[in-house]
Amino acid sequence: MADDDEKTSSGVSRREFLKISGIAAAVPLVAPQMVEAAGEKVPVYGPGKAPMSFTINGKRYSAQLEPRVTLLDALRDQFDLTGSKRVCDRAECGACTVLLNNKPVYACTVLAIEAQHQPITTIESLSQGGKLHPIQAAFVQHDAQQCGFCTPGFVMACKSFLDQHPHATEEQIRYHLNGNLCRCGTYKGIREVIAQMSGTKGA
Amino acid sequence: MAEYKWPAPAERTLIGKRISRVDGAVKVSGHAKYSYDYNPKGLLFGKVLRCPHAHARVTSIDTSAAEKMAGIKAVQIVQKPGTEVLWQGDDIVAVAAVDEPTAEDAIRAIQVKYEVLPHNVSDAEPPAGAGEGPAGPMTEDDLENALGNQVPDAQVISDLQKRGVTFQVTDDMTKELKGYGVSDAVINALKAAAYHPEAASQPRSPYQKMAAQTQGDPDKGFASAEVTSEGVYGAPVITHCCLETHGSAAEWPSSDHLLVHCSTQGVSGLPDQYAQALKIPAGNVRAHQDHIGGGFGSKFSPDRWGIATAQLSKSAGGKPVKYMLERDSELMTAGARPSAYARVKVAAKGDGTLVAWQSDSWGTGGPAGAGSPPLPYVFEIPNQRKQHTAVRTNQGPARAWRAPNHPQAAVITMCALDDLAHKLNMDPVEFFAKNLDMTGPRAPIYKEELPLAAELMGWKQKWHPRGDKSEGPIKRGVGLSMHTWGGRGHASNCLLSIHPDGSVDIKMGSQDLGTGTRTAILIVAADSLGIPMNAITLNIGDTMYPPDGGSGGSTTIGGVSSSTRRAALMALDQLFAKVAPALKAQPADLEARDGTVRVKSEPSRSLSWKQACAKLGAMPLSVTGKNPGPGNLINSGVGGVGMADVSVDTETGIVKVNKMVAVQDCGLVINLKTAESQCYGALIMGISYALYEEKVLDPVTGRMLNPNMEFYRLAGLRDIPELMVHMMTDPLNENRGVIGLGEPPVISPGAAISNAVANAIGVRVPFLPLTPDRVLAALEQQQKAGA
Ligand code: FES
Ligand code: FES
Repeated sequence: MADDDEKTSSGVSRREFLKISGIAAAVPLVAPQMVEAAGEKVPVYGPGKAPMSFTINGKRYSAQLEPRVTLLDALRDQFDLTGSKRVCDRAECGACTVLLNNKPVYACTVLAIEAQHQPITTIESLSQGGKLHPIQAAFVQHDAQQCGFCTPGFVMACKSFLDQHPHATEEQIRYHLNGNLCRCGTYKGIREVIAQMSGTKGA
Repeated sequence: MAEYKWPAPAERTLIGKRISRVDGAVKVSGHAKYSYDYNPKGLLFGKVLRCPHAHARVTSIDTSAAEKMAGIKAVQIVQKPGTEVLWQGDDIVAVAAVDEPTAEDAIRAIQVKYEVLPHNVSDAEPPAGAGEGPAGPMTEDDLENALGNQVPDAQVISDLQKRGVTFQVTDDMTKELKGYGVSDAVINALKAAAYHPEAASQPRSPYQKMAAQTQGDPDKGFASAEVTSEGVYGAPVITHCCLETHGSAAEWPSSDHLLVHCSTQGVSGLPDQYAQALKIPAGNVRAHQDHIGGGFGSKFSPDRWGIATAQLSKSAGGKPVKYMLERDSELMTAGARPSAYARVKVAAKGDGTLVAWQSDSWGTGGPAGAGSPPLPYVFEIPNQRKQHTAVRTNQGPARAWRAPNHPQAAVITMCALDDLAHKLNMDPVEFFAKNLDMTGPRAPIYKEELPLAAELMGWKQKWHPRGDKSEGPIKRGVGLSMHTWGGRGHASNCLLSIHPDGSVDIKMGSQDLGTGTRTAILIVAADSLGIPMNAITLNIGDTMYPPDGGSGGSTTIGGVSSSTRRAALMALDQLFAKVAPALKAQPADLEARDGTVRVKSEPSRSLSWKQACAKLGAMPLSVTGKNPGPGNLINSGVGGVGMADVSVDTETGIVKVNKMVAVQDCGLVINLKTAESQCYGALIMGISYALYEEKVLDPVTGRMLNPNMEFYRLAGLRDIPELMVHMMTDPLNENRGVIGLGEPPVISPGAAISNAVANAIGVRVPFLPLTPDRVLAALEQQQKAGA
């Protein structure tokens, strides 16, 4: 098997190394290579890990990540924000929905490196101090969940939809909430959530 | 001694009400932890190299480059050179690495060579005469198939005696079978079966014809009939498409103790399966699961990849390794519902009374073929002849899919009956009603449900003879189907403790698939003990707790509700004995209600729950309620009716469902809210498999063409119409006790929607899913026939 990669060649463990480099503050570990593209100098990251930092739910997070890592995998594997789910991993199901710059995105289809310097909002931020957001409470009340695996993504999609369409029409609901999929079949409850929150009859 | 029965309706405080699920908050907030979310420090990530061919032999494997890569912690060969691989996506080599990208790189660095073998992925109708003659010795797959498809013991035994087996019968194997509940008679026949090792390598026909079954006198039946209808019907292979894919995290806290976080429908059943594969005592295996993201019948085993995950962890010094299937592997390998098709001839007298049935059915469950669906479904037609041919293909292996074999049987039977009703010039509701006496013990419930469903659907206003004659390309129609299921509660153990400080806790090895099991257990316990649900701590999902049955076949609610009820009543017996002296009463005169323990005839003579529990002294009281057990708390056998109203665009072939109705009995309902959710969910899943779902395989390469969620289409919110659910909760049904509900309502939608489409456009679209191309093809045929 390969050597324990937690040791660097200097014999300093990676964790210690990170501590040392932390003292040197904002100096990146690996300076990006600069190349010329369309007459401009642009940085190229990777292969290999590059330092990245994020603002998630108002808090700062940083990690060493390969440029190919998606925002979803960074959230889940690096920062233990596992509410966003990986289901299709290619923008088909919405289980990974988070807000980037207040817009809903499929986190499986955004590279982590691109999500830096923009506010990221995940499902974990919605309920504060154990108190559910009204949309979440409505999900519970209307039993808009069974196994619950699609639920965080749906809650985020509904929140963003309702923010933009406080008085949604049936047509808008059908169009905008078709980007999330549920296998257990909770759409009826979800329609009732939207109906309640937007004060329409709905469902 | 307590009398073990359900409280009378007037005494129920929670049972049968609409209660929000207790794990709702943790799920909506994203804090619910699934196996997929297990994320301990130092977690390694697994990946599996999968066979790209539908049928091949592994000739060589070179993992040396991968092993040298930085960050790779373990490499495990799952199927050695020489192994024959029977479907695309089967596991060949597994690796564990410090992160997922590194594991992916390692997979790419592994060299595997295959000898590609001829494959067959077609489950088209077998050619006439195919598969006849004496079948050869039984393979392990044949046996597994027979046992997994409820083939009667007598037939399995006679097959074993006549055909012998191609494999060596070991003690381990018979032990394992016994563990799955296989009868001693079958095991003895297996031990005695002749061993034909030479037959294992002989080429076999892909068609395995099962013995024809005859009942009554079909020839005479058909001769006596006035109207006969013939047709072909069926449903293809579909997948489970659980949103949380299969997989697990495994670690070894010590060299012979395994801890797994596995996405499973049967926590208590896992240790034995791991133990057998890893050669450690089952008692050294601990399995844990808080939440599961869907199973639908496909998640009972650790699976090949799960065992490999445990082996990877072992090689990596016991560090946790997590491997969850990627979406494509999930759809290719982690479970398929067998296809079933049939040529049917069915006949009735002029007044609509059914007299004869004949079916030649076929279908595939992958390499092991598949058992026959129960035909004719629901209706015991007096004269029958039926034959089934199992087609062995290089599809992925079949797994139980919500109500195994029933949705297929419903499509075949209910569509054939609907066609016959059309030939008889009868409204299908009247035609079905006419024959309800053939439905056996469930007949009385169907007689109530059918008119009720018709009313909820507005059938009388909507139904018209076949073919919507209105102007324009959009045609509208209605259709119906009926179904049945068993649903008797499985073995269950509820360990309930009442502590001197008044707190109560329950420990059960069960699991909550999202059906609301946690909530149901707490409803029963709280209603029985007369305290609020949130005063009880419930622990489930771990092998540290008493074993409970797997959640399959709608068996969980009967199991957990009855064991919990018994535990609560036993605990009260003991508590009352301690409390009675303080209340100057006999234990039998006490009751626990509204947070007190009080004298039944004089409720003001009472102690608060806390005061009463203080009488326990220093030690908590602990009891284990069991199912099965004393008293008639559960039952088996339900009937339901499904109806659909659809619009079909005859120019594009697009089918849109306008309304669905489900009328369902399930005995005593514990939680009306989650029970209804089961039915709504089943209708939605039904729309999905009726209109969109099919596992499409390429005949040339043998590969799945739609292993993703774009082209393996699930119904979305936009596809869902008005849904109406009615639960039969009258006292007559409630008195039967608790019966499972997960499977039944998913059975009818496919057939009901197909019948509605036939009613709309005037012609049968023979096979699900009712995709635009199939609808247009049927319309074209109709036009040609008319021209
Ligand atoms: S996991 Fe991102 S859309 Fe499905
Ligand atoms: S609740 Fe299970 S997938 Fe939506």
